[in-house]
Amino acid sequence: MTTAGRTVRSAGQGGRTAGELPRLLPGPWAGPATLASHLARHGPLPAVGRGAEPRRQLIAEVGRAGLTGRGGAAFPTARKLAAVAAAAAATGRTPAVIANGTEGEPASAKDKVLLAQAPHLVLDGAVLAAQLTGARQATVVAHGAVRDIVDGAVAERRRIRYDPVPVRVLTAAGRFVAGEASALVNWAGHRAAVPTAVPPRVSERGLDGRPTLVQNVETLAHLALIARRGAAWFCSLGTPAEPGSMLVTVIGAVRQPGVREIGIGTPVGDVLALAGGPAAPLTALLVGGYSGTWVVPALVATAPFSVAGLRGAGASPGAGLVAALPAGACGLAETARLARYLAAESAGQCGPCLFGLGSIATELAELAAGRRFDLSRLRRWLAQVDGRGGCHHPDGAVRMIRSALDVFPAEIAGHAGGWCSGTRPGAVLPLPPPARR
Amino acid sequence: MSAGARLRVDPIACDGRGFCLEILPEMISPDDWGYPIIRAAEVPARLAAQASEAVWLCPRLALRLDAPDRSRPRGTPR
Repeated sequence: MTTAGRTVRSAGQGGRTAGELPRLLPGPWAGPATLASHLARHGPLPAVGRGAEPRRQLIAEVGRAGLTGRGGAAFPTARKLAAVAAAAAATGRTPAVIANGTEGEPASAKDKVLLAQAPHLVLDGAVLAAQLTGARQATVVAHGAVRDIVDGAVAERRRIRYDPVPVRVLTAAGRFVAGEASALVNWAGHRAAVPTAVPPRVSERGLDGRPTLVQNVETLAHLALIARRGAAWFCSLGTPAEPGSMLVTVIGAVRQPGVREIGIGTPVGDVLALAGGPAAPLTALLVGGYSGTWVVPALVATAPFSVAGLRGAGASPGAGLVAALPAGACGLAETARLARYLAAESAGQCGPCLFGLGSIATELAELAAGRRFDLSRLRRWLAQVDGRGGCHHPDGAVRMIRSALDVFPAEIAGHAGGWCSGTRPGAVLPLPPPARR
Repeated sequence: MSAGARLRVDPIACDGRGFCLEILPEMISPDDWGYPIIRAAEVPARLAAQASEAVWLCPRLALRLDAPDRSRPRGTPR
């Protein structure tokens, strides 16, 4: 844990020196980076040489950098690139590349902020991924809030014929599961943004039946920097096991909520401090996302924000969300709201998810309201829903709800006796307005 | 024929019609909403014929038998 959690830093001056942050975001908001300001900051994207060997070498460099997916699953990017390239070679089909800027998580803002501030870094990465896999086009699926900015950046590049492959931009579907790989492939293929059965994996048969690389937009931005500066530079931040930096969204009871960039392995307490520190005594943190894990703040304050560092608390960095719950807010009420939202966001294809999450959400609403409630039945339902969907949506909801039962035992006992710690008006965790759900 | 194979439900295709629950109660039980839970995936030799019948008779073609060697190695990308 100590080794995995050590944050490697090296001294340096200037924004591009090893170990310096931020890497991805251009700093104080000055509008979207233009292509000129992007190139002034990062330099041109190195051309990928012709033939298979230069591609293979760059994929190997990405492997040495240890870059993993920043959409939540943390899968090694080099292995995904190699798998798609291999599937393309084996089948003779031209692969497809999709940059995933869906960000269906209502509390997360890091992909929107990245696309709004540094669209060219993401586009560099998408085009590079197309070259590395042999795709002839890159598709960028952008959250509706930043679609215009991405369009503007693509038009700017098109005017000077900057990219060797065309870039197509789509507005993401506005639902929680829309960012799941097969749902995204369906959406990009003009079908409903709902997951399909696995196998086949999209890396084997995805968009139009092509081997398809689906990569989070932040991952692609890191890829574009690794191509410029190499693996050693990338590894000058982060931990030996989990190198590099990552974007986090810090919300709730902190003084300056928003998106920050951290070296992976930064202690959780320091992540809160980067967001101005707690604005009130904190009773719990929701880590990873709305299908993440509730944790006790004091137990994770010194834990590294990394897969290895959070494992002991049963949590994971996920898509980089940290939501701080202040004293005076009822964790059960927040959990019940999230459970109802996640149940409503089921794609409705699998019975256990459709009916099970609904039953669970109703039971949690009873608990939150202090009415009669059956904890053993709730636990049985959680076990029956866990792992029983075509995608991982039900598993994530189960994980979040189980962690609430672990972290809020005093509150559960209180509610059984007609007492609630909630004294604050309104909810802490944001949800989209019901009309848009 | 299907001994040693692994039983699997495609949860998207499954509509909870319940044929498999009646044909193969030794291996499959319903959850609280009537959808099949496979208690042990590997089909023992004595249930091979029943397992094949359950797969055949599923009106949604949601029940599958996978040969053991077809399971993917861990860490294969999506």
